[in-house]
Amino acid sequence: MSSLLKNIIRFILFILVQVFVLDKVPPLHQFIVPYLYFLFIIWLPFNIGRVWLMIIGFLLGITLDYFTGTPGLHAAPCVLIAFMRPFLLSLLIPQETTEQSYAEPSVKSMGGAPYSLYVVLLTFVHHFYLVLIEWLEFGNFTYFIGKVLGTTLISLLLIFITELLFFRKAKFRSNA
Amino acid sequence: MKNIFLFIRVYFTFICFLVLQVLSIILLSNSSKSHEAFFASAANEVIGRINSRYTDFTSYFTLKEINRQLVEENNRLKNELKADFQSPDSSKKMVVDSTLKDPSHHFRKFTYLPAKVVGNTVSSQTNYIILERGAKQGVKKGMSVIGPEGIVGVVIEVFDNYSKAMSLLNRNSKVSAMLKNDNVSGSIEWDGADPSYLTLKNIPKSSKVAKGDSVVTSSYSANFPSNLLIGTIAAVGADPAANFYTLKIKTATNFFSLQYVYLVENVFYTEQTKLESTQQKFNE
Repeated sequence: MSSLLKNIIRFILFILVQVFVLDKVPPLHQFIVPYLYFLFIIWLPFNIGRVWLMIIGFLLGITLDYFTGTPGLHAAPCVLIAFMRPFLLSLLIPQETTEQSYAEPSVKSMGGAPYSLYVVLLTFVHHFYLVLIEWLEFGNFTYFIGKVLGTTLISLLLIFITELLFFRKAKFRSNA
Repeated sequence: MKNIFLFIRVYFTFICFLVLQVLSIILLSNSSKSHEAFFASAANEVIGRINSRYTDFTSYFTLKEINRQLVEENNRLKNELKADFQSPDSSKKMVVDSTLKDPSHHFRKFTYLPAKVVGNTVSSQTNYIILERGAKQGVKKGMSVIGPEGIVGVVIEVFDNYSKAMSLLNRNSKVSAMLKNDNVSGSIEWDGADPSYLTLKNIPKSSKVAKGDSVVTSSYSANFPSNLLIGTIAAVGADPAANFYTLKIKTATNFFSLQYVYLVENVFYTEQTKLESTQQKFNE
């Protein structure tokens, strides 16, 4: 399966799961909202250009936004993590070897510790910015801190489960 | 000139980032105010269609609850039927008025339109409801949405075949309400915490408030018919410094299993809101 087709299917699946499964879960608490859709951006291949990465991030966010009725709320954090992703990756991995031999970020291609750090940082930044926008609209500091922490933890748990359930074969590029 | 191009080329990624960020924020801040946002209408038609596929499937699971609500509503309405009441003096002869027009000049203020709920969230801070009725079926902005058990929200955006309503469970929602006992009015808001509880503010401490009292829509509201149930008082909170109660209201409507609602149009809506807005200009 080509990388493009695979990512288009992933895009649709992540949006459907977020809208029709995770958003329909009865809320446990005000601070705990399960988010998983941005894992799509984390999983995108290495070889996408920076501008395209942000445009894809924007599309992902705005698609979810039209389902939740808040155009722009999820698009902004998605663009932010798409913007940060290349910087973070270049910091965390030896670029020449990994980006040439593997297709996309995973535990196997980056190593356990760098990959977890990469996921944790992007998740935190995403939620921090998302809740910041909400906070500016409503204003309550305990809400801000509580929701950033609660949502980040639940998202990390969901990502961990997803990584275990859907084990991605770390494909070698052909010439490596 | 050359330097400008050079600058754009060097910072192209960053400029793209800024443009997309600003676009998102503009979309967000305009979303509820103008429905002319670009491609919003087309996007919402598509989303509405996907949502209605999903609800077609899930509606089977809530049929039992919907039936129960309908039976309860029918029961309530049947209890109000004129035929159930005996006039006090049966010996008196009824005089049939021959005039065709109703002499007391009754006129219709509210019209009702049934609608199916195709999209509904409760987990976010700004919850909206997508309804499968739009401008082609006569839905207008500002119509109120009521369920079989109590009120639900207000229509804020209208597309061709779908419309978007702001649910009571929205941080921006504000509905005029009153206590059923002594007609003291206040405003219903949501604090974003629990989807089954609302907050009623601005009830003066002079009014009698007890746990379990009904809270209904007030007659001041331009959207809602008066005396529709919103909920019952679950807890009475009083700030000793303030002159007002802050009441916790258990919602009458179960927002988790919303399937069918009625859209209510106030025929005099534009007239009433126009008057309210001119009054505001006076105050400024």
